Amino acid sequence: MSQTAATEAPPAGALPAHDDVRDDAREGTGGTDAAPAARPVRKPRLFARNAVSFVVLWALMIAVPFVAPNFYVVSLVNLFLIYVILIASLNLVIGFCGQISLGHAGFFGLGAYASGILSAKFGLTPWLGLPAAALAGGLGAFVIGLPALRLHGHYLAMATLGFNAILVVLFNELIPLTGGPNGLLGIEPFALGPIALDTDETVFWLVWIVSLVVMIAIANLVDSRMGRSLRAIGGSERGAASLGIDTYRTKLATFAIAGAMAGIAGSLYAHVNLYVSPETFSVFPSIMLLVMVALGGTGRLWGPIFGAAVFIAVPQVLLDFADLELLLFGLAMLIVLIGFPAGIAGLADGWRRWLK
Amino acid sequence: MSGESIAAATGDILEVAGLSRNFGAIAAVADLSFKVREGEVKAVIGPNGAGKTTLFDMIAGVTAPSSGRITLAGERIERMPAHKRVDRGIGRTFQTLQIFTEMSVLENVVVGHYPRGHSGWVNALLRLPSGLSEERREREHAMALLERVGLADRANDRAGDLSFGDRKLLELMRALATGPRLLLLDEPAAGLSHAGAERMMEIVAELNADGLSVLLVEHNMRMVMNLSHDILVIGNGRFIAEGTPDAVRTNPDVIAAYLGEDEDA
Amino acid sequence: MDGTNTLVQLVIAGLSIGSIYALIALGFNIVFKCTGAMNFAQGEWVMMGGMVTAALFGVFSSVGLAVVTATVLIGAIGLVSERITIWPVRRPDPMTLTLVTVGLAIVSRSLVMIFLGKMPAGYSGFSGTDVISIEGVTVQTQSLWIIAITLLFLVLMHFFFERTVLGKALRAVSADPQAASLVGIPSSQMLMLAFGLAALAGGIAGAIVTPLTLMTYDQGATLGFKGFSAAMLGGIGNLPGAVVGGLLLGLIETFGSFYISSHFKDAISFAVLLLILFMRPAGLFGRVEVVKA
Repeated sequence: MSQTAATEAPPAGALPAHDDVRDDAREGTGGTDAAPAARPVRKPRLFARNAVSFVVLWALMIAVPFVAPNFYVVSLVNLFLIYVILIASLNLVIGFCGQISLGHAGFFGLGAYASGILSAKFGLTPWLGLPAAALAGGLGAFVIGLPALRLHGHYLAMATLGFNAILVVLFNELIPLTGGPNGLLGIEPFALGPIALDTDETVFWLVWIVSLVVMIAIANLVDSRMGRSLRAIGGSERGAASLGIDTYRTKLATFAIAGAMAGIAGSLYAHVNLYVSPETFSVFPSIMLLVMVALGGTGRLWGPIFGAAVFIAVPQVLLDFADLELLLFGLAMLIVLIGFPAGIAGLADGWRRWLK
Repeated sequence: MSGESIAAATGDILEVAGLSRNFGAIAAVADLSFKVREGEVKAVIGPNGAGKTTLFDMIAGVTAPSSGRITLAGERIERMPAHKRVDRGIGRTFQTLQIFTEMSVLENVVVGHYPRGHSGWVNALLRLPSGLSEERREREHAMALLERVGLADRANDRAGDLSFGDRKLLELMRALATGPRLLLLDEPAAGLSHAGAERMMEIVAELNADGLSVLLVEHNMRMVMNLSHDILVIGNGRFIAEGTPDAVRTNPDVIAAYLGEDEDA
Repeated sequence: MDGTNTLVQLVIAGLSIGSIYALIALGFNIVFKCTGAMNFAQGEWVMMGGMVTAALFGVFSSVGLAVVTATVLIGAIGLVSERITIWPVRRPDPMTLTLVTVGLAIVSRSLVMIFLGKMPAGYSGFSGTDVISIEGVTVQTQSLWIIAITLLFLVLMHFFFERTVLGKALRAVSADPQAASLVGIPSSQMLMLAFGLAALAGGIAGAIVTPLTLMTYDQGATLGFKGFSAAMLGGIGNLPGAVVGGLLLGLIETFGSFYISSHFKDAISFAVLLLILFMRPAGLFGRVEVVKA
């Protein structure tokens, strides 16, 4: 036990002097400035812990356009990567920050329609549509979070759900802009100079790089000062507030970042599909995203990858038994929540440790 | 700043004046006034339902007072949100543990450095070098704190896997990481074994010896009598007595208040 | 004169759909008070009430018998659902339980789809005639049935909560689970009872609304959300508030879709919900409970 006399200057291992008067006042309380750690502390690496493994997985996926038997498989992988972004950003809100959002498909839709309408109705390039979609998703989340996050958890769930329901009505009814229930046609693909990314194989590279960037950003975030503070809120909001964390602002920022990421996924979806229609973004898809977060493992960085894989693969496997799909998802969710709260990612972790 | 220098001169870290809190028609705390001197351990005791928790919540900023003043080192804080009070130097632990069970033991203490950190959201998403060096310093400091209570070996374990006693120590170190000038301890010995309580007492005594002021709510009388320089006794939200442990122990009003509780029970 | 007639017709239509929302909101609130969770299965029970009644009507060819049997059955499904899905949860915090009810809702919905099909189901109203006309006001008789049956159910519920030992025990659990278990009320069984009652309320709502609107397997979610909105309107967890909130939402929706646009019917009710959420977060009758940070 180190005993630093109250009058001594802070030892070398102590925190650097911070801004203001407060610190002068604090110097008297030597109790907060313990001696430097005797044991070595693992230094934070340039790459966040899970970012490296994401890079490896994404590197393996480079093979997809070359080994895929047909374009359909590539299109499924594209969809998978888009849903990875969606589910991972929702996991940030639900799994890490502990807030239930039921409007994630709505933010996805805001991004898709923003980017799609700018392209189809105003002839803007998707390269501008993509940031615009991020802005639309982020702004949507910010606006709804601004009042809702001041209140207890279920208010956010209700507010996001209501917001999502209203968005769907707007997508359906603002026909001159959105094309209504028939969907929005005439969306242009991304283009690199003269080369249009209008096939599944070419647009794959864009989806691949954007999804990797988003996943690295999430891995970085979770392992940072702000990320720890938002995870602290997920652990105990009272505890977080007692450490000086402005829980409201932190939740709001998390929510807006997740909304922006959903918007990015929406823009990719619009320009990969070249068509969007309201049912993709309704409340039920929002609930399915929630299911996939839970299945993959709430608050697990790898969870969304498993969740998205299940979400894309199961309907392909059950092609002839499509009616069973929903039942299977529902049962799987119940089994995971009751028996394996850490989800598929948690199971995978368990196996890895067991193999070692 | 003149207020601060006056406080420094008089040596009061916390001054509570005429503090009240009503829930409907019931006054949970009524017209309480007391001071905590710089470097002092002050205990607040009283029968169950005396208003200790409400008092703590008002000082920490969880509950707004109905009336009255709270002054921390010369600065009025009674209308300040909880997180800003932490910036001003109030650290606290909880009667019901509020640790972050899904984070590692080390991370729990690293989060405690939040008020002194600078790196923001852009830094978080891009993992800039400035954030990394800040994090390295915070980790080292957090590790030193863990070492202080013998939890360094468990640094990478999930915090939820610690024993109850270790979790209490962890919460204390986490509060310490915020760099408090006044530490609010809500029943630090509750639920601990005899040995655990002794350990907790030693640690709190050490922190105090290092100059930290402490406001303590505790039912363990051995801890209260051994640690405190001064004791405030309240009942039904009202002032009953205040003084040194010896003075309080023999105060007839205090004895009556505690006997009264026994009758009710 | 015509205007007054329209007004009366709209009020009756609004009150009848509002009664349905009130029943759903009531069920939602009962579970919320006991668990702190949002019960996503609530709307599915409403859907089941309609679908099962329709199926039983094919067997019994008596609407009354079909409605009663179906309602009791849905209530039993509520009890069983709690035992199978809620009871085994190891860490029953509100968030986990909410997610569990999402799973329960999906399973319920898909089972109905598999066993009762995807076609809209319906049956005739409870009276022989569909429409009656009094002094120029045309009213669907089923609307009157809905209002009357809802009233009866509410009176019975009131009696249950105020006069019976079981009802008082349930109230004690929802007010303070720890204190209730201290005085020996088995909170786990009370939770099962809460789910049963919530399902019962939902089942009745579904059984009586289907003659007006038809029912398909995928309508549960929408109905549930309307019920949630009504509960929020009246103040979440507030039982009388649920009734007022439901009736109010029904009226707002009916008048809104008549005077503004039926296209935006759902948007109107959700916009009202958001407005309430942000102006008076505790609902019209509740006390505000803001997160303190």
